[in-house]
Amino acid sequence: MKELILVIVGAALVNNIILSQFQGLCPFLGVSKKTDTAAGMGGAVIFVITLASFVTSIIYKFVLVPLDVTYLQTIAFILVIAALVQFVEMFLKKSMPSLYQALGVFLPLITTNCAVLGAALTNVQKEYNILFSVFNGLGTAIGFTLAIVLLASIRESIEDNDIPVNFKGSPIVLITSGLMAIAFMGFAGLI
Amino acid sequence: MNKCMERLYNGIIKENPTFVLMLGMCPTLATTTTAVNGMGMGLTTTAVLVFSNLIISCLRKIIPDRVRIPAYIVIVASLVTIVQLLLQAFIPSLNESLGIFIPLIVVNCIILGRAEAYAAKNGPVESAFDGIGMGLGFTLGLTCIAIFRELLGAGTVFGVTLIPEAYKITIFGLAPGAFFVLAGLTALQNKFKMPSATNGAGGESVLACGGNCSHCSGSACMANHATLETRRLQAEEDALAAKKAAVAQKQTELSAKLDKKDN
Repeated sequence: MKELILVIVGAALVNNIILSQFQGLCPFLGVSKKTDTAAGMGGAVIFVITLASFVTSIIYKFVLVPLDVTYLQTIAFILVIAALVQFVEMFLKKSMPSLYQALGVFLPLITTNCAVLGAALTNVQKEYNILFSVFNGLGTAIGFTLAIVLLASIRESIEDNDIPVNFKGSPIVLITSGLMAIAFMGFAGLI
Repeated sequence: MNKCMERLYNGIIKENPTFVLMLGMCPTLATTTTAVNGMGMGLTTTAVLVFSNLIISCLRKIIPDRVRIPAYIVIVASLVTIVQLLLQAFIPSLNESLGIFIPLIVVNCIILGRAEAYAAKNGPVESAFDGIGMGLGFTLGLTCIAIFRELLGAGTVFGVTLIPEAYKITIFGLAPGAFFVLAGLTALQNKFKMPSATNGAGGESVLACGGNCSHCSGSACMANHATLETRRLQAEEDALAAKKAAVAQKQTELSAKLDKKDN
């Protein structure tokens, strides 16, 4: 139990997927204009990464390792993730329309989000078993949501500030993320 | 031949993927800790991009339109696996320092973007040159950012010491430094009014999603969603109206019959 909590904290804060691993930057910079859209994206990412970690680690353990074709992991994982996202979208549309309303828009964007494939590959690299993979995926996604919601709320509150003309737009967003990255470096000694 | 040169110019200068289109931000920030790493990442991506463009362009008439994206992904993923194995065998140090970002080339939007926007419509030779141009443009962007970061963070460029030990700013070699250097470079672009996706002056990409990752807010998807939704509502309304019309017609027929009977 203690190790599982450590894995979650490590993935969410210490090795934050965006601010220290640089994965999933496109949605981080793009979908962070409003807090509620950012939260929606975060919700969708939590859902997909956790599920994808579970499915990919099962595939790795019961298909790739027994057949001795672990070098095919990249191809296998990306196909599984793409199929999974399609499946989740269809499932949500049919059975949970309210959740689909909130998250559906973001689902197609997630297939090419490197955070999902990155989490799946990290699980293999760190040799996590299935339970640990799921918790690592969950932690990673929580870290993503935390970072994107924080950035969105900062962006909302600096909207009317007097920013130097040349720094308006994406430069100031990048600088904000840089300062957030410095803050997150403070978690380095946590574990 | 002229067209091939034009593709090279287009990729390296006019539509530079890093500075003008702002594509593939994750490797741009993550692997530029030293100039060697940045260049290695750029050249690895170039290799994948050239061959994926070539193969996709050769197969463009065979791949059915509806499954083209999965087909592209399989082709790119196979190429990435091959490149990863080659790097492991011949340049293990680069493989070690780039780590997880080599398999992540699969989801780099430049590669799928070029496949969709260029290789799917043009011949193999031009597509290969487009791949070389875009790849070199990406390499140039990465090397440029990496040189700044290495110079400020470690005082060296390509391992050659230029700034004495006491004056280096370690933070530029760490994660936050990547954001700061890119912020500075895009601010310079704004200052000199150079075309870039960040100030809306960059060329509109022809990708389905707009291809502009830094300005993407899922709006293309959202618009799609809205269109589909209105189309669905419209269809429902039409169906309802048709039903009503049918019922009304039946009613008039029925009343007409009744009238006849009465008479």
